[in-house]
Amino acid sequence: MAEITQLIHKYLRHEKKFPHVWCPGCGNGIVLGALIRAVDRTGFTKDQIVLVSGIGCSGRMSVYVDFNTLHTTHGRALTFATGVKLANPKLQVIVVMGDGDATAIGGNHFIHAARRNLNLTAIIINNNIYGMTGGQYSPTTPYGAWSATAPYGHIEHPFSIAELAVTAGAAWVGRGTVYHANLLDQLMEAAIYKRGFAVVEVISHCHTQFGLKNKQGGPVEMMRRQKEMAVRVEKAKTMTPEELAGKITIGTLVDRDLPIYTQEYRRIREAAGGGKK
Amino acid sequence: MLKYLEGSHGVSQVVAMCRPNVISAYPITPQTHIVEDLARLVGEGELEAEFINVESEFSAASVVLGASAAGARAYTTTTSQGLLLMNEVIYCIAGMRLPIVLTCANRAISAPLNIWNDHQDSMTVRDAGWIQLHAEDNQEAADLHMQAFKIAEQTFLPVMVCMDGFILTHAFEPVDIPEQKEVDAFLPPFKPQNIVDPRWPRGIGLYADPRFYMEVRYILHRALEKSEKVIKQVSAEFAKAFGRESGGLLKTYKIEDADLVIITMGSVAGTIKDLIDQLEDEGKKVGLLQICSYRPFPRKEVYRVLKDKTNLLVIEKSISLGRGGILGSDVRWSFPRTEKKDRKISCFVSGLGGRNISISDLRYAVARVEKEPVELEFLGLNPEIIAKRDM
Ligand SMILES: Cc1ncc(C[n+]2csc(CCOP(=O)(O)OP(=O)(O)O)c2C)c(N)n1
Ligand code: SF4
Repeated sequence: MAEITQLIHKYLRHEKKFPHVWCPGCGNGIVLGALIRAVDRTGFTKDQIVLVSGIGCSGRMSVYVDFNTLHTTHGRALTFATGVKLANPKLQVIVVMGDGDATAIGGNHFIHAARRNLNLTAIIINNNIYGMTGGQYSPTTPYGAWSATAPYGHIEHPFSIAELAVTAGAAWVGRGTVYHANLLDQLMEAAIYKRGFAVVEVISHCHTQFGLKNKQGGPVEMMRRQKEMAVRVEKAKTMTPEELAGKITIGTLVDRDLPIYTQEYRRIREAAGGGKK
Repeated sequence: MLKYLEGSHGVSQVVAMCRPNVISAYPITPQTHIVEDLARLVGEGELEAEFINVESEFSAASVVLGASAAGARAYTTTTSQGLLLMNEVIYCIAGMRLPIVLTCANRAISAPLNIWNDHQDSMTVRDAGWIQLHAEDNQEAADLHMQAFKIAEQTFLPVMVCMDGFILTHAFEPVDIPEQKEVDAFLPPFKPQNIVDPRWPRGIGLYADPRFYMEVRYILHRALEKSEKVIKQVSAEFAKAFGRESGGLLKTYKIEDADLVIITMGSVAGTIKDLIDQLEDEGKKVGLLQICSYRPFPRKEVYRVLKDKTNLLVIEKSISLGRGGILGSDVRWSFPRTEKKDRKISCFVSGLGGRNISISDLRYAVARVEKEPVELEFLGLNPEIIAKRDM
């Protein structure tokens, strides 16, 4: 335990920026831990990593970690990250977003980043709600669920973020939960290593906003639900659609080798004669 | 009926009584409580309206544009980054002459990230062709919404009601909430013009090539200027109907025989009035001019009330970076060039990003300008922070 704490401290601005603002029991801390362990295993130094985040509870992550960080505006993290990566492709750029950040206000950027296939790692913490602003519905709020802007139940249908990323053309897509912490570590590591646009959707809980109002209990009960709902991708292949109803698949959804934007760019410049010295 | 309410709820209740047909918004602190309460009122059937919480402010502004273009009374609310994101549509709404009402829960803008109050957000769209009204307290914030719909629908100009984020939106104060029938008597049903309707097909927002564009902008500018009369008139009708003064172009406090006049907008007027009372007890004559209608800027009225005043102190919560105070510029421009008077106009940028403006800060500013005019000063800066960062 002490070792892990030390490891985590190595990567945090714990003397400057703590205490943090997250509610006790929030899933964001688990995601942060998984990210740190994954980065540590990849062997990248702190200075090689740039963590870009948007605005939201999840967006606070860039305040706490001791990488290069860019805390941007709500929804635009991926576009800022695109600029960082193009300016200095040697940097390992990791982008942390909330479900609202990535798929509501920033939804357009998300699908185009996936389509463009720059070598970026996108981590989307999906807690089904806008946590920071007080529990309004997001594009992943389930049909019928309560939120501050749907006090009598939600009438829209949610996105499945990982499936959206697959369809939009991301090179690598994985989904985990904060309950399955070991798997989450592995997914993060694979996503950072992957050459191309890699997306990790992390099913998390916001017990303060979503849990309380939907009578789902506290963090423990909400994590138990994650455990019950999750099915490994490999196992899901053997199950019928009826058996899969109400379940979420976790693991690696897609891993494909696609031409990366920067490679394509180099190729086309060479073809146009601009790449020659 | 007098109710003890959060500022946001005073606004949401009055907006609901104005019977908007379409409400669209995206949550952003400190605006959220207004929208959440409207969602509840629609949900509980107290308000018959379409409510949609969309995926960004850009969409929210676009939804109300569309709704208004189809003849609906439409309402939205935002602040800060949200207003900045709406910017493109904000200009379209004015250009299309759509009488939309928007509440701006004034907040600072990024970067650095800050959720507290100042006026930099609404200042970014002061030139867009919207009427901008600033509320002093929660009663006025609520009242201004009734007036806003009426002004908008008479002038075919959109109206932004600005209220200080947190200081008003999250503060509890007694607010006189009218009866529905009183609101109905004050605000007649909306009679739209220039709308898309299959019975009279028409195009809105079409091309205006260089032969026409200038004229269209000129007409919009004139409409803003002419709306001064409507703002005054609606405020007078309001006073008659509800028995209290709210809105209008500007307000004054103890200005008649004042040697020094402070000029400001929004909630800080309350603190300034307290200071003025204190100074009066100490034998000093200081008055206040409060701008309620920031756009159109009531230049002639300002000149009328300040004609004989020679020492003016502008306290404003915004800055044109690289230029100076914005309200300060507007005030300076209000006096005819030909005027020979030796007038000193000082400007203090204050309260940015929620920095408290205390009576002692204001006392300091008054003492400074009693001695000499101050072109521009940031009130209450901490020199230690600046010494570390100033490049
Ligand atoms: C342009 C703009 N609009 C609205 C906001 C207000 N805002 C801040 S965070 C947030 C949503 C947060 O939800 P999510 O992205 O799901 O992240 P979480 O807080 O749940 O981690 C919103 C609407 C903003 N900062 N900027
Ligand atoms: S509000 Fe929700 S998402 Fe935000 S810190 Fe609390 S539990 Fe986490």
